[in-house]
Amino acid sequence: MRRPFWLVLGMALALAAVGVLQSWNVALAILNLQLISAVMALGVNIQWGYGGLFNFGIMGFTALGGLTAVLVATPPVSEAWAAGGGGLAMAAVTMAVTAAAVWALQRLIKVKALRGPAVALVFVVGLALTRWFYSPSAAAIEAVDPSITGFLGGLGLPIIISWLAGGALAAAVAWVIGRITLGLQSDYLAIATLGISAALVAVLKNEDWLARGVKNVTTLPRPVPYEQDLHGQDWFIDLSARVDMEPSLLSGLVVKALYALLFGGVLLVLFWLAHRALHSPWGRMMRAIRDNRDAAEAMGKDVTRRHLQVFVLGSAVVGIAGAMLVTLNGQFTPASYTPFRYTFLVWVMVIVGGSGNNGGAILGGFLIWFLWVQAEVGGPWLMTTLTSGLQDDSPLRQHLLSVAPHMRQLLMGLVLLVVLRLSPRGLLPEQRGKHGPARQRIATEHS
Amino acid sequence: MMNPPRRPSPVDSNVVDTQAVDARTGPTVRPPRRPPWRIAVGVALGVVVLALVSREGGGVNLLNALVRLANFVVIPGISYGSQLALGALGVTLIYAVMRFSDFAHGDTMAFGAMGVILVTRVLQGMGISAGPLPTALLALPFGILGAITLALVFDRTVYRFYRRQRAAPVTFVIASIGAMFVTNGLVRLIIGPGDQRFADGVRFIIRVQAFKEMTGLSEGLALRTTQAITLVVAVIVVLGLFLFLNRTSLGKAMRAYADNEDLALLSGINPERVALWTWIIAATLATIAGTLYGLDKSFKPFTYFQLLLPIFASAIVGGIGKPLGAIAGGFVVAFSEIALTYPYRRILGYLGFETDSLVQLLSTDYKFAVSFIILVVVLIWRPRGIFQGRVI
Repeated sequence: MRRPFWLVLGMALALAAVGVLQSWNVALAILNLQLISAVMALGVNIQWGYGGLFNFGIMGFTALGGLTAVLVATPPVSEAWAAGGGGLAMAAVTMAVTAAAVWALQRLIKVKALRGPAVALVFVVGLALTRWFYSPSAAAIEAVDPSITGFLGGLGLPIIISWLAGGALAAAVAWVIGRITLGLQSDYLAIATLGISAALVAVLKNEDWLARGVKNVTTLPRPVPYEQDLHGQDWFIDLSARVDMEPSLLSGLVVKALYALLFGGVLLVLFWLAHRALHSPWGRMMRAIRDNRDAAEAMGKDVTRRHLQVFVLGSAVVGIAGAMLVTLNGQFTPASYTPFRYTFLVWVMVIVGGSGNNGGAILGGFLIWFLWVQAEVGGPWLMTTLTSGLQDDSPLRQHLLSVAPHMRQLLMGLVLLVVLRLSPRGLLPEQRGKHGPARQRIATEHS
Repeated sequence: MMNPPRRPSPVDSNVVDTQAVDARTGPTVRPPRRPPWRIAVGVALGVVVLALVSREGGGVNLLNALVRLANFVVIPGISYGSQLALGALGVTLIYAVMRFSDFAHGDTMAFGAMGVILVTRVLQGMGISAGPLPTALLALPFGILGAITLALVFDRTVYRFYRRQRAAPVTFVIASIGAMFVTNGLVRLIIGPGDQRFADGVRFIIRVQAFKEMTGLSEGLALRTTQAITLVVAVIVVLGLFLFLNRTSLGKAMRAYADNEDLALLSGINPERVALWTWIIAATLATIAGTLYGLDKSFKPFTYFQLLLPIFASAIVGGIGKPLGAIAGGFVVAFSEIALTYPYRRILGYLGFETDSLVQLLSTDYKFAVSFIILVVVLIWRPRGIFQGRVI
């Protein structure tokens, strides 16, 4: 049998083992996050695997997707809109006008000596005006019932719409970021996007009027029924009696399974689209640009535009995943967005799974998330076994047991290094084209 | 076909090189530089004007404003800048010689600092101290040894393989992310994720109260021992590093290798030896920077990862591959972070401008974001940085 079959079978067996040994609840919870991780990995694969873009700003786009979930699903806070909505709108207008004026002055003023001071003057005046409108309105909004709302609220639409909207917002922001940064290459692009994503998350943490900042938005509506609603239904009690299970237990399983169906559907659609794109003339062009940029440019391909396009597409997919993640959690917590979890872990997924291969990226998402979660359980177990020779109250044993959950960073690093060394193109390498092998990008550079 | 492919330039090839522009349009006429004495006169005039503008007792108020500025902006800026500069020196050396951005550097700093903390605890337990200075200074060599060991283990097990393959730079970057995860995991496993304070000895060189009594000003000035130590150690280390790079044959070999790998190899420089010493020096710098930062603030494993971005920013702002640039970049980033997020109301108040607002350009929460903004601005408008670093 072929490799993908065994890997998928192994993954399914591992999940089933978790279901039998730990509980099906845990297994389904892992599956849901695996599905979301797989979507994220797919997004990174579109950027890195198709286009060779070194984007370390995944965290920022995930957070933007999460923000959209809040903006779409929470009910609007009319008092807050009355208190500061107008002021904020004015601030937005002055900001836009300032940006437009700066842009226009750059073009219109031909005398070089005048351009700098004029632009600086307009910029400072615009900034002052914007702050003049912004500060009191933001403060007024945040003062509206700060323990519950204190933000503008959203549109009050079903949260599932935010999945599309999250993709759209991430794409729009990616377009701006891409226009700024895509002139940079390799490490420079990585560092710049890492910095921009950290700045984005800093904005989400501190602009309380937008989504309550670090006070978090905790009561997001769900696209699936609540457990306690299921309990009350007669048919549900009937069903639980028939499968011989506590209604409370079964309801948890049903809700998680419904989520898994939704996420799985999204993943399948995106996978199909990504697959079709990769095996179309567009996909071949992207790979040509990736493997030999100069040659592709000489053939008349607009490399900069294609890079921007693939950057926007990949970021949109990541944004969808971000919205789904917040939907699953039912809350938006900006402080939880850390580069370790949302940028580098996703990169490990893609590299381990196989960059350039959509199936590989998805498998990587499943596998790495499984390891990441299970290492938290396995670490203490391993430490208990290792230190079983020691006294119970020995300080070394105590210390090792207390820090054991942190084994997972170590494990992730080792998995990445080992796969990078032994199978540099990932577990499911990029498929070879009809006309010769795909170039090994990770392993060697031809000299 | 003699050269292996070089690193691509950080900017698009269709962005015209500045030198090319110069060559095309002929030598541009630059405005004559202002002589330094004119700047000095200008500054002096400004000070006099400010003193006149200030309210009653102008001179004293001006002094108060200056002291407040020194206390809250200049002194913290210098010590933070020194720490960033030491970190950025390590990053820039690795970039110059190995040609990749080492994402594990922040965690190497944490690992070295962790070694120092552990040895400090042992020394404290044995009753050994450095008198008024922190015991950590005695423990520093052990921490350095630990970090060097770690760096060399990674070099032997991970990077050497790719170096021999002449792998693409992105491979190194991804490998360094693996190293980052491993180092971070090790630090958390050995010392735990919690906060560690290990500064001992005399805490202050100048206390606020003593300063007020001594000068009679209403503003106080505090100088912590750790801040002074940071500056002194940084100056010593930087001098040592520059002597090493410019005077010793090994340092010259490293610079030659960084400049042109093929020519260096042709003239018989051993690349393994250069790599070995690069890691040793980078790990030493990382440990010193990490320890100084930990002494000055406090040690937490994850803060060192956050420090990685300002450090990258410093290296790139200064011009990557240029040691002098790394130092300048460190101070530029540190001072921008502090100066842009400091509320100037009190200072302006001393100068006669009473306001209700804090006169703070950016909220303190955006402190870390400042370095990214500088980074992006520099990358886009001046990708080679202040010192025209290499476009590897």
